[in-house]
Amino acid sequence: MNAERPACEQLSGARVLSPVQPRKLAKVPFVEMAEGRLQGVVSSGSDIERVYVSSIIAGTHGYNCSTNNNRPCGGLRGAPCKHLWSLVEEAVLQYGLERVARYLRLEGDSAASLMHNLSGGPESIPAAVVFSRFLRHLAYLELPDTSEPIAELHWFPSLGAVS
Amino acid sequence: MLGTQLTALHDGALPGVDEAVDLIAGFDDALVNGFARLGEERTAALVALAGAVGGTPLGPAAAEAAEKIGAGSISEEHLTTLAGARTALFGAVHDALLDRLDSALGRTRAAWEGAQPQSTDPLAGACRSWLAELAITGWRGVDHDLASAADQAIQNLLAEPRLRRLAMLLDGLAAELRASSPIGAMARLPARRWADLWARASLLTKTGSLEATERVSGRLLPLGVDIHEHGTAAQIQIHAILEPQGRLVRTSVAAAKVDTISGPFVWQLLSSYPVLLGALAKRLSLEITDMPLLPGGDLLWQEGKASSGPSSDPFAAARVQLSGASAPAVPPLERHPVRIAEPVFIEGYRSDGHTLQLDGASLAFDLDRLPTSGPLTPQLLKASTACIGLMRWDGGQWRLQPLAVQANVKKELLAVHNGDWAQGPTDQKVLKSYAKAGDPVAVLKERAGRLLRK
Repeated sequence: MNAERPACEQLSGARVLSPVQPRKLAKVPFVEMAEGRLQGVVSSGSDIERVYVSSIIAGTHGYNCSTNNNRPCGGLRGAPCKHLWSLVEEAVLQYGLERVARYLRLEGDSAASLMHNLSGGPESIPAAVVFSRFLRHLAYLELPDTSEPIAELHWFPSLGAVS
Repeated sequence: MLGTQLTALHDGALPGVDEAVDLIAGFDDALVNGFARLGEERTAALVALAGAVGGTPLGPAAAEAAEKIGAGSISEEHLTTLAGARTALFGAVHDALLDRLDSALGRTRAAWEGAQPQSTDPLAGACRSWLAELAITGWRGVDHDLASAADQAIQNLLAEPRLRRLAMLLDGLAAELRASSPIGAMARLPARRWADLWARASLLTKTGSLEATERVSGRLLPLGVDIHEHGTAAQIQIHAILEPQGRLVRTSVAAAKVDTISGPFVWQLLSSYPVLLGALAKRLSLEITDMPLLPGGDLLWQEGKASSGPSSDPFAAARVQLSGASAPAVPPLERHPVRIAEPVFIEGYRSDGHTLQLDGASLAFDLDRLPTSGPLTPQLLKASTACIGLMRWDGGQWRLQPLAVQANVKKELLAVHNGDWAQGPTDQKVLKSYAKAGDPVAVLKERAGRLLRK
């Protein structure tokens, strides 16, 4: 009996994902790295009913920002708007700089330097797809809870900070 | 748990366990590379796995499945059969481990008396074809498209409360595959884990929920709470002694969530269970009346059938009543080492924060199961002298997952429990960062209320 850790290949409880870091969600309620993009939803600062859908393409670094009704963001004039800045800042908080930089294939030692190194320009990216993914994300909170024991969750211990 | 019991637990290898785990590893390796290109060696591994269940009713079907898959004729039926063979083998490992633990502890365990219903739900069937696709391709061949291919099917499952177990399992697996894609580029694969999840999901697509076999009344003395969580699910599972019968029972509540809600915030998702959470936070007993009990020892929690009882110190209950309490049977399909989570009480040990020493025997703490939703920390484990925990087995080793400890902090003996924050953090520092982070549950519910029903 030794306290050495067995190889991850042989562990049922091997940890695959690192926990996301807590962050304030008010400004950017949703950010994800999916479908080849860093994408998310940014709440409008002035209108509580309005949200912006912002995305940056991994690799080519083309970007876009529009309202969920597909109206182009007024701040997007040849350079990334403040919503895109918020998106990247919050993604770095949530996933860590290294993961975001690796996914986007961008270099930088902070969210700001990632933004400065963005080489692409505005590009058409459908807001509807991202927005519907956000709605699906929110829909999880509407699912009824259950007192049926989920034995399968023994494979998913609460992600502690310890390694 | 005494030092002598700990010594008995580790006394000699369990016959057949290493051999069984080797056969399972052979299957898992085949799944890494995909059943579409097995080659001789991996085909032999499948045949060997089928051979191991040769003396059981599953034997002929497993042998045929291994032969057909080896010959390149792969059907969902064959894959499910091999998933069954792997599960049966791990079931035997589970039984050997639990028997050893029960004898070391002197714990009596009820015999299984339930029935396992089958199911042919078409929603689950849709997921079975994805599982087949994964097996044919192999983990190494999984890319973003394949990892995401079942997203819609999983959403449909989630909407159906009867299929919540399968839905939460598949959602957790799919998230890991997506985040790891393209998996061919990964240096090391969690082969055992993903094969476990794959096999369990395959069987769950064909089985239904267990039904309650009795209704019980009495006083519940909580021992501690185990917390499970992935990006889109959280579950708390309370281990307790039901008096006056002296039976070990568990009760769980689970909620769907998103990845940005984690740590201490998961309790808020369960705020519709004030009686249960209140008992954890205030260390109370619970009076229950006619609560349905599943044959595996799980109470189906209903707030309306429960009320708070007098205060109950889990350490007193563990010290006095745990060693004599009887344990429930394990449902046949849940027999897997990962489900072994047997409550034990250990005291009078020395700890370095990683391992405890008691009368010349040692036991490692399971630090991977120390949640951020409660106040237990490695520092507290180091200062601890008594622990209520769950015995776990993984990767060939027993570990102790702490649920509560008594620790000397500033010359004072403190009792610290996983469930202490069930009604909000009690630690000033955590409370402050909690307030600073804002309330993610409230923010997202506001966004959902405004945007979802348009």
